[in-house]
Amino acid sequence: MPSDVYIIGVGSTRFSPSTPELSFKELMFEAAVKAYNDAGIDARRDLDAIVSASEDYWEGISIFDEYIPDQLGGVLKPVFTVSGDGLWGVIHAYMLIKTGAFNIVAVEAHSKASDIVDINSIWRMAFDPYVIRPLIDNPHVLAGLEMNIFMENLDVDRDAISLVVSKNRANALNNPIAPYGSDVDPDMVSESRVVSYPLRELDISSYSDGAVVAVLAGETAARDLGIDAPKVKGVGWVSGSSYIEEWDYASPEFVWRAAQMAYSQAGIDDPYDSIDVAFIDDRYSFRELQSIYALGLNDGYSLNELMYNGVIYPDGDLPVNPFGGYLGCGYPLLAGGLLKLYNAMMYLRSAGPDTVESALVMARMEYPSPSAAVVILGW
Amino acid sequence: MKLPGTPYKDVDLKEGRIPYVEDKPDAKYRFSAGIAMSRFLEELKNGRIMGLKCLNCGRIYVPPRTFCSYCFKPTSEWVQVKDTGIVNTAVVSYIAADRGRMDKPLVVAVIELDGASPGMGILHKLGNVDPEDVKNGKIFGKRVRAVWRPEEERTGSITDILYFEPMEGD
Amino acid sequence: MARMNINFKNRVAVIGAGLTLFRRRMYETTRELAWEAAKQALDNAGLTLRDIDAVVLGTAPDAFDGIHMQGEHMTDAAGGYMKPYTRVFVGGGTGVFAAIAGWWHVASGLFDRVLVVAEEKMSTVRPHPQYVFHHIFDPIMDKPLGVNLIWIFALEMARYMYKYNIKKEDIALVSVKNKRNALDHPAAQVAAKITVEDVLNSEVLVWPVQRLDISPVSDGAAAIVLTNEEYAKQYTDTPVWIEGVGWSLDTTYWTNRDLAFPKYLYYAGKMAYKMAGIDNPRKEIDVAEVYDPFDYKELHHMEGLQLARKGEAPILTREGVTERDGDLPINPSGGLLGVGNPIAAAGLMKVAEIFWQLRKEAGKRQVAKDPVTGLAQAWGDLMQIGTVVIMRV
Repeated sequence: MPSDVYIIGVGSTRFSPSTPELSFKELMFEAAVKAYNDAGIDARRDLDAIVSASEDYWEGISIFDEYIPDQLGGVLKPVFTVSGDGLWGVIHAYMLIKTGAFNIVAVEAHSKASDIVDINSIWRMAFDPYVIRPLIDNPHVLAGLEMNIFMENLDVDRDAISLVVSKNRANALNNPIAPYGSDVDPDMVSESRVVSYPLRELDISSYSDGAVVAVLAGETAARDLGIDAPKVKGVGWVSGSSYIEEWDYASPEFVWRAAQMAYSQAGIDDPYDSIDVAFIDDRYSFRELQSIYALGLNDGYSLNELMYNGVIYPDGDLPVNPFGGYLGCGYPLLAGGLLKLYNAMMYLRSAGPDTVESALVMARMEYPSPSAAVVILGW
Repeated sequence: MKLPGTPYKDVDLKEGRIPYVEDKPDAKYRFSAGIAMSRFLEELKNGRIMGLKCLNCGRIYVPPRTFCSYCFKPTSEWVQVKDTGIVNTAVVSYIAADRGRMDKPLVVAVIELDGASPGMGILHKLGNVDPEDVKNGKIFGKRVRAVWRPEEERTGSITDILYFEPMEGD
Repeated sequence: MARMNINFKNRVAVIGAGLTLFRRRMYETTRELAWEAAKQALDNAGLTLRDIDAVVLGTAPDAFDGIHMQGEHMTDAAGGYMKPYTRVFVGGGTGVFAAIAGWWHVASGLFDRVLVVAEEKMSTVRPHPQYVFHHIFDPIMDKPLGVNLIWIFALEMARYMYKYNIKKEDIALVSVKNKRNALDHPAAQVAAKITVEDVLNSEVLVWPVQRLDISPVSDGAAAIVLTNEEYAKQYTDTPVWIEGVGWSLDTTYWTNRDLAFPKYLYYAGKMAYKMAGIDNPRKEIDVAEVYDPFDYKELHHMEGLQLARKGEAPILTREGVTERDGDLPINPSGGLLGVGNPIAAAGLMKVAEIFWQLRKEAGKRQVAKDPVTGLAQAWGDLMQIGTVVIMRV
């Protein structure tokens, strides 16, 4: 049998709306040092490979993977880039270890969103140049369309969605790396400026800068290090159509399929029963509820009831984004998935194996991407 | 074997036979220089080239970085290196960044600076060098010295050094 | 043959490959090129997209197409719709690296059948693709000097020539050989019968680099199909096994490196050789496709891969060892110098060539010796990454 894979260390910088004092390299270095210390490894001696997540236009440097090895301890090691969110990096590290040829692999992702002068002009570059760019100049237009049909088809209240924002901003108050913790009244959300109806200003996660590194290891390596670490129980990732006209905006099938892949590996038949806590997409407030639905985590509840009955609050049956999600930590572009993984690790460690059996981490690539990744962690 | 694909010529495009949409990326960034490079740029204004030393392995890095590329410890000691060095490699450029021809050929080189660890070079231009001395290999290993912009014209950029030129008597 | 240390469980086979034409400008969009190559590879393997469990895409910088998150733009075209799909990226090394990523999808045991697609459309950018390369440099140290891509390769070439006392005439032989080999390649863009004098008389761009020392810019796509052992035996009598993979990324600070020897490739090769149980590459590799965007790079890479001693590759070339009928044929396809250089697609084209050579399906390009073990390699970033795949029949 191929080795089980463990997450033996994580490290994160504090997330922040801007980080003018540090270069992206210095930000990455901080997260890497923390993660390697956490895992108790010597990067130069122990790391078999490093996966870094980046997209050239987010960095402003073409062929950005040129600029990753030194600050991660990766010079003259097998280092590569996955073009996408860091959670895809975790999945590739997982596969590398599963081949049997790699023992310890680090994964890095970061955001320097504040270095970008006009971020919507970069989003625009992601749209199809033939038929979409002439029509749309920012991603929130699509989010509005998505939100509208989602609310309509699944009968979701505006109030329930506003409560997601209140919950996550409040949850972030307990997260030392989150910059957007606050006490936001649901009415403030419902009455904030309309960006793309029904999407409003406070429904949108603000950007943040930061870097996260995770260290994965196979059985033998984890044992040798004497680390009692959570295991990766299952991974799944699936892409939908890159033609945004073809999406099912209400309930994204690619999220559902990615989840099914991960559940099947983890031997999970009843996700609501097996998953104790979830760290999932909330780039836009409504996405949290939409993701819960697509992940099959709502059990018998309607999406409104999840909020009104307190099911997904920190003391509820299924805490969702208990450390604040993107709404509370900021949306750090491609570091989003690793930020969620970091939060999940903090949660698993503080709760311990007796309380929490499985945690689900999920990330999406953003417009125009139709991709989702799911990683299930547990003891 | 016939492979798929439909080639066309530039003239087909110019004469309107190839439909296309035009777009210009509007991608602008303010790269935070960070701890190491901010000091480096600041000191260029003073006519000084600064490196960072790794106290673990002793390497002196130019350009400076806050981490050691080889032992992954933080580098912590600032060291001023000299503005002289030797030519590691050099070439003669006849083309500009956009592939257009230059009016006058430009000699560029990797220069290993005195005081930095061996092999720690930087890219820069060479002035007062005959292109023939590049082609016949004479410039390799030669000692060169930085020619600085007048102090009041310096902006904290690598171009505060105009170029490097061969040292007399060498 | 010594095979130590094969410590991974699932053997991975290449069972099909496909290419589009490589040309300076193609009418097809990136999506259409990727689809054409994927279709060719699936047809060649006798599969349909329905049989594919996961898809890997390789494409080099987004800036060529002016499309941010290019991988996501390509999902449907590469066959990734409703499948696990990822784009991996290591600059110019991407083409061979995409095959490596395909390898671990299968070798991990997660998937049985994987499609790997690589495409590049460089003609989209105006006025010239070279302009994109301006944005790959350090914005503080290098960009203000007006650096262009050819500078840095020329600096490396000049150092290599200086250190080992290599003549331009000997380096030019690589260009002559590869362009001639490409005359037999159906995708070839710049196949030609040229002489050493033609190379030496071509336009000097950045001395010592002249126009005929360099591969062209190109549009094109390539694809391969990988499966596990069980499916390989079911689909074909002649699977080609991927027995070793390796890659290594050197420091970002290229001006701090020894430019005369590609250490990153030495490490990448070592990793792949160890996995494949190869002790003496010069003896055990029968045919190699090494990355040749510049003629000197073929020589440099042969040395990094231990297929020649330091400074020895030009001598082997002069003696005809690297010709198709030589003892160590290098780039029988015609390489990037002859077939063309749609970056990621060019790397995967090399993997495809080794696949055809080992299956003895290379037609007029078939090497004279009876090849059992082949190697494909690519290179990229700031002269910084080596990616290596070793294949056997």
